[in-house]
Parts: sequence; C-alpha cells; structure tokens
Amino acid sequence: MSKTTVGTKIPALKLPAISRTTLALYAGASGDHNPVHIDSDFAKKAGIPDVFAHGMLSMAYLGRMLTDWQPQSQLRKFSSRFAAITHLQDIISCSGEVVELIERDGETLARCSIQAAKADGQQTLIGEALVAI
Amino acid sequence: MLDRSKIGHEFAPFTVEIEKGRLRFFARAIGETNPIYVDEAAARAAGHATIPAPPTFMFSIDLEGPEFLPIVKLLGLDIPRVLHGSQEFDYLAQIYAGDVITQTSKIADIFDKKGGALEFVVVESVYTNESGEPVGKARQTLVYRSS
Repeated sequence: MSKTTVGTKIPALKLPAISRTTLALYAGASGDHNPVHIDSDFAKKAGIPDVFAHGMLSMAYLGRMLTDWQPQSQLRKFSSRFAAITHLQDIISCSGEVVELIERDGETLARCSIQAAKADGQQTLIGEALVAI
Repeated sequence: MLDRSKIGHEFAPFTVEIEKGRLRFFARAIGETNPIYVDEAAARAAGHATIPAPPTFMFSIDLEGPEFLPIVKLLGLDIPRVLHGSQEFDYLAQIYAGDVITQTSKIADIFDKKGGALEFVVVESVYTNESGEPVGKARQTLVYRSS
C-alpha cells in the first residue's frame, strides 16, 4: 500500500439501494426497533410519508469503509453528523480522504473527512475519523 | 421545552453479554464482507481472539438496557419528532464476542436553537468490559422538533 498522506483517498464503498428488507434486518440486528424505520402504518399515522433509514445504518456503512481501508484496531475516533434523511431506494456511497496528519501519544493519526451521499450527490452523513497509520 | 433539570441525569447502568450470533447478524445486516466479522477462524487468522464487534456496534449496546430508549419516557418525547443529530465514538479497546459490557450514560446537555423550534439532547455513554477496562465512549445528540 502506498504511503498514507494528506490527500490520500479512502477506497469508496457503494451500497445497494435501501429496501424495506434492509431496514427490517438492520432493526433486528442493531436492536433499534423504532417503528419510524420499519412500520409504514406507524409512519403514516405520524404524518411521515413512509419509513426511512436509520442514520446508524449509514454510519455502519461508513464504518465498513474505514475498516476495509485500515484494520479496526487502528481506529481511534469516529463521528458523524446526520445531515439528511435516507429514504427507501436511495443508493448510498461512502467516501473519504485524509485531511491532516496528527502526532498524538507516540503515534501518527490520519484525520479523515468522511461522508455518505445519495446518487444525486446530496450528503446524508458528514463525519470524521481518526485512524492510526 | 424539554425539562432542563434533567441535565446531568444518570441512567441506571446495565450489563450486556456480547453474543457471537448477534455480531454475525449485525455484520450481515450491514452487508459486511470482511470475514473476520462473521467467521471465527478468519478472525483468529487476523490476530483477533474471536469475532470483533464492528465500530458502530457500541450504539446497539445502548439499546439493550432494561427499557428501550429510556430517554423517551424521562423527557416525555414524541418519537416521530426525534431525529438522531450526530454520533461520536472513541475507541479505547476492541469489544469481542463473549465480552460482558457495562454501559453507563448520562444526559450531558439540553439546549435549543432557532428560538426553541429545535431542541438538542446530548447523551454521553461509557462502556467497560468485565475486567473493568474501559473499551469505549460515545456521545449522541438527539434533535427534537417542538412541533
């Protein structure tokens, strides 16, 4: 692998379209049974057109991108802001790049700017990760 | 307005066993393709004692307490008006299948923006394994629409 430096791109991760099955499985596996993500009757009663994806599902996708790039043991910090709702059938892509190298506690950390975005480019998650390199 | 006197409220700590089957289910649900997250032999070959919990699994520990989302009742939240604003994790050690993790959490802050149209609730959590070793920390911000 080439040397990690400022500007190094994290290999992107493109996901299949979000389906009701995706959300049902994630609800069960994650323990997040909030009905706004799995029960369209509940959503409609609450005035929401339909169920929508858990923000944490996309954060898990960002996590996959990070651990595909560097082993999880190198991950020091991982944060994300949920900027827009991910709807059914959205196709999410994760990307990121190293924006700064920081020396801390005797190791070099790559501060990475990361994002999840829909096919039209709208950002859904905007975050940051600190990864030891 | 959400009750500001709840700032500093500590939720009852609870303990969760990290089950291997649950980690596999989680890995499959997020489409994980790295075999270390589902296959014990692959995990060991990569230098792990057993199957590791993926980076965002700490959030799932939060949901395993005796009461689902205790903050909803504490603050009297109407679920459809709650959005997850942001989430932050600090990693101190790896969580593995078989670990017994104790979670403690508290309301670190409640504040509002846009003249009270949006309120923000910040919850901080700490995760400790059965040896008393802190393995991670999390900071979650919920956004609450006033109408």
